[in-house]
Amino acid sequence: MDEPNTDVIPGTLDLLILKTLSLEPLHGFGIARRVEQISRGVFKVNPGSLLTALTRLERAGSVDAEWRVTANSRRAKYYQLTRAGRRRLDQETDEWTRRVSAVARLLQAEG
Amino acid sequence: MPLWRQLRRGLDVLFRRDAADRDLSDEMEHYVTEAAATYGRQGLNPVEARRRARMDLGSPVAVREEVRSGGWESVVEAVGTDIRFALRRLVGSPGFTFVTALTLALGIGATTAIVSAVTPILFRPLPYPHAERLAAVVEDHQGVRGAGTFALYHAFADQTHSFDALAVTNRWHPTLTGAGRPDRLAGERVSRGYLRVLGVPPLMGRDFAETEDRLNGPRVVIVSDGLWRGRLSADPAILGKSLMLDGDPYLVIGVMPPGFQDVADPEAELWAPLQYDMAQGTAWGHHLRTVGRLRPGVGIEAATADVAGVGRAVLTQQRPETYDPHTDFLVASLQSELTRGVRPALLTIVGAVILVLLIALVNVTNLLLARGVQRRSEFALRAALGAGRSRLVRQLLTESLVLAAVGGALGIAVAAAGVKAVVALSPPGLPRADAITVNGTVLLVGAAVTTLVGLAVGVLPALHAARSDPQQDIQHSSRRTAGGHRRARGILVAAEVALALVLLVGSGLLLRSSARLFAVDVGFDQARMLTMQVQLSGHRFDDDSSIVRFFTQALDAVRTVPGVTAAGFTTQLPLSSDDDEYGAHFDAEPDRPAATYDVFRYAVTPGYLETLGVPLLSGRSLGDADRAGTPLVAVISASLARDRFGGGDPLHRQLKLGPAGPYTIVGVVGDVHQASLAQSQGEAVYLPVGQWPFPDRSMSLVLRGRGALAMLAPAVQGAVWSVDPDQPIVRVATMSDLVARTAGERRFALTLFELFALAALGLAAAGIYGVLSGSVNERTRELGIRSALGASRAEVVRMVVSQGARLTGVGAGLGLIAAAGLSRLIASLLFETPPVEPVTYLTVTVLLFGVALLACWVPALRAARVDPIEALRAE
Repeated sequence: MDEPNTDVIPGTLDLLILKTLSLEPLHGFGIARRVEQISRGVFKVNPGSLLTALTRLERAGSVDAEWRVTANSRRAKYYQLTRAGRRRLDQETDEWTRRVSAVARLLQAEG
Repeated sequence: MPLWRQLRRGLDVLFRRDAADRDLSDEMEHYVTEAAATYGRQGLNPVEARRRARMDLGSPVAVREEVRSGGWESVVEAVGTDIRFALRRLVGSPGFTFVTALTLALGIGATTAIVSAVTPILFRPLPYPHAERLAAVVEDHQGVRGAGTFALYHAFADQTHSFDALAVTNRWHPTLTGAGRPDRLAGERVSRGYLRVLGVPPLMGRDFAETEDRLNGPRVVIVSDGLWRGRLSADPAILGKSLMLDGDPYLVIGVMPPGFQDVADPEAELWAPLQYDMAQGTAWGHHLRTVGRLRPGVGIEAATADVAGVGRAVLTQQRPETYDPHTDFLVASLQSELTRGVRPALLTIVGAVILVLLIALVNVTNLLLARGVQRRSEFALRAALGAGRSRLVRQLLTESLVLAAVGGALGIAVAAAGVKAVVALSPPGLPRADAITVNGTVLLVGAAVTTLVGLAVGVLPALHAARSDPQQDIQHSSRRTAGGHRRARGILVAAEVALALVLLVGSGLLLRSSARLFAVDVGFDQARMLTMQVQLSGHRFDDDSSIVRFFTQALDAVRTVPGVTAAGFTTQLPLSSDDDEYGAHFDAEPDRPAATYDVFRYAVTPGYLETLGVPLLSGRSLGDADRAGTPLVAVISASLARDRFGGGDPLHRQLKLGPAGPYTIVGVVGDVHQASLAQSQGEAVYLPVGQWPFPDRSMSLVLRGRGALAMLAPAVQGAVWSVDPDQPIVRVATMSDLVARTAGERRFALTLFELFALAALGLAAAGIYGVLSGSVNERTRELGIRSALGASRAEVVRMVVSQGARLTGVGAGLGLIAAAGLSRLIASLLFETPPVEPVTYLTVTVLLFGVALLACWVPALRAARVDPIEALRAE
């Protein structure tokens, strides 16, 4: 039997990252772990895509990055949502909700 | 500011690539550590945990590439890599790079220089407001342009409806005296509306008033900014002051704005009202230039119809003697009229330089193709290693663009030098030569040409490389099979040869024409003769007899200068711009219709004809006894005698010249070219200077002497000044200079054509050489087998040479056909040389073949030296 598909739905990675960071600042691995935990293992984030997406979001000004020392005294790059990032999260959440409910309506429609 | 952030991050990456990389690898390292720790907590041993964590991450290199490709800077980096790689490849083959860049530089530089030199002359609007409405009203005497008359100007101004303003101008060369030495200035006498026609009012002061432009009106003058700043020391209170011009005070009423130029006479520095004297019966004298400003919306054709109608009506009504009944009147744009004389030469040169550029492009394409073939295996290898076709094409296009950029940069340097050379070479009197400058437009033209060239020469080899099959190419890497590419290159070389031949034919024709022109017998000995013009001004010459007395005394003084062997004065100098023509009437032909101005009038001192060396054919020459008060006599030229008397004897017949005479013909002399080397119109009448009713205040001195003529000039000038120190002497030149000047335009075209043809020949030879030597390289194995099978060296040489000869032959054939068609375009520049002249065509074809054979020779020798054993072992 095939392994269950744990890929992130295309186009949602930014949204997931922004949502995760809206709770608290995290480093890359922290984000990946949080997404996996909250989604109960449905989504596993590919590290390469994650780092690329983080760089992109940082460039776009949605998140700020900063090297900090972690609780277990390692150096890690922490990402934190900016005000622009929060706005973007709201927008993307609205957009996602709108589309998902449309898909849901379509699937529930009766012939 | 996300944009700023984008830019800054991108620049950070570009300029601190190491720091960015370290940052990313630290982050990845942390990720792996955390992931490994998590796996460890799930019970894996540390080594296994770390392995799993690394597997999750995947290849760090791939991650780095992925992260990198996200930013805009990655595009910059890719282009940068392409350019660096291209530069490395180019530096790696210096010979190829040098030849290609030089070819491009020549093509681009020459084109840019010519385009930037010619465009302003032919196409840049004249420097006046609404210059497109400026027009010239001209008389056309069966294809020959003639100067206008005041009578017709008057009729046009009154009766036509096409113009906002109409004006006539006449050259004026007053002598300015006062502080300092006398200066002869260039100026114009203009009718009142002239500055309104041009649309430029004086910056200081005012335009001429209507009341000022009438006979005996006030003496007023408007000066140029240059004259005001120079000679007049930028006097802020100049208005209201007077200048002494020809001994009379002229009130300065205006100063023109800086940069104002009178296109009718670019040297003009001052303008005075025409104040035309109608009483002298000169209203029908052809010596004015008529210009007008068209009403908005009136076209050239409508204006021509208007003017022609009025002109013809006036001629029918008044039947003036000075007009041929077939005279046409027409209106032409002032710009095209000013450049009419040089337009054919300039357009021809533009055509020639475009041919050179084409040849350069073909040559470079050829070189790149050849290089593409040599690099086939390299491309095949790169394709096999995963380079996409678009990537290869991009690489090749980058290489050609880099080459074009290098060539273009060199080309701009060539262009800058070229523009200077064009100006230096340009014939005197080239209209608006001052408008020729290296400017922004030139650079833009250069850049545009460069880019197009880069793309154009990149396309063929790039397509070629993209089409090739990597596997086959790697297999055949060392064999270099002959194929379609060689045919393509053969066609290109043939095209190059054809283009070069067209240019060679053109310059051959011009060269022959020029040789014929300079071999023309102008009717006198041009060598070792000095000329200068003496201008009389001031009231001391108001009395006509004082003018004649001055010139007689000056001549006597000049003759005493040591070294002077012969001297004389004339009112017009042959082969100069002097043009003084009258209608001649003979008593023998009372029925002949009113003659137009078609006979040159020379009022000369005794000794003039002898100094020039004009042969006396019959009768006697003019002597000291022929002066005011003695019977009127004239000497006529042989062609005038032939034309008017046929086989009869003209001696002792009577002749009226314009309003003067009758003169008794006492001698016939040989013909002299007056206007130019090419124009043989030699009908002339020579009169004693004292017997012409309106003595000329300006005469030219001609003299012969021993030793260096230039050394003689100061002593001769001193002799003239010993009679009167206030008279300016101008136009000091040797007759050979004047002769060269009348042929200036032809020489200009010829020089450039020769340069271009030479460049074309060189490029074509390089092309032939390139193709043949490439072909010999590619066929090393075949040649080796041939000689192993017994082909002699001579046979191998013959094989290679005949390949070159075939290319040249095809190209030459096409070129001859094209030349026969195109050379018609330069017919107007040719003197007694038909555009299709077998001798020239044959000569340049032989020359081309000679050069082509030379180009074949080296590859042929190399082919002959191919050692069969080496060639076969190399496989």
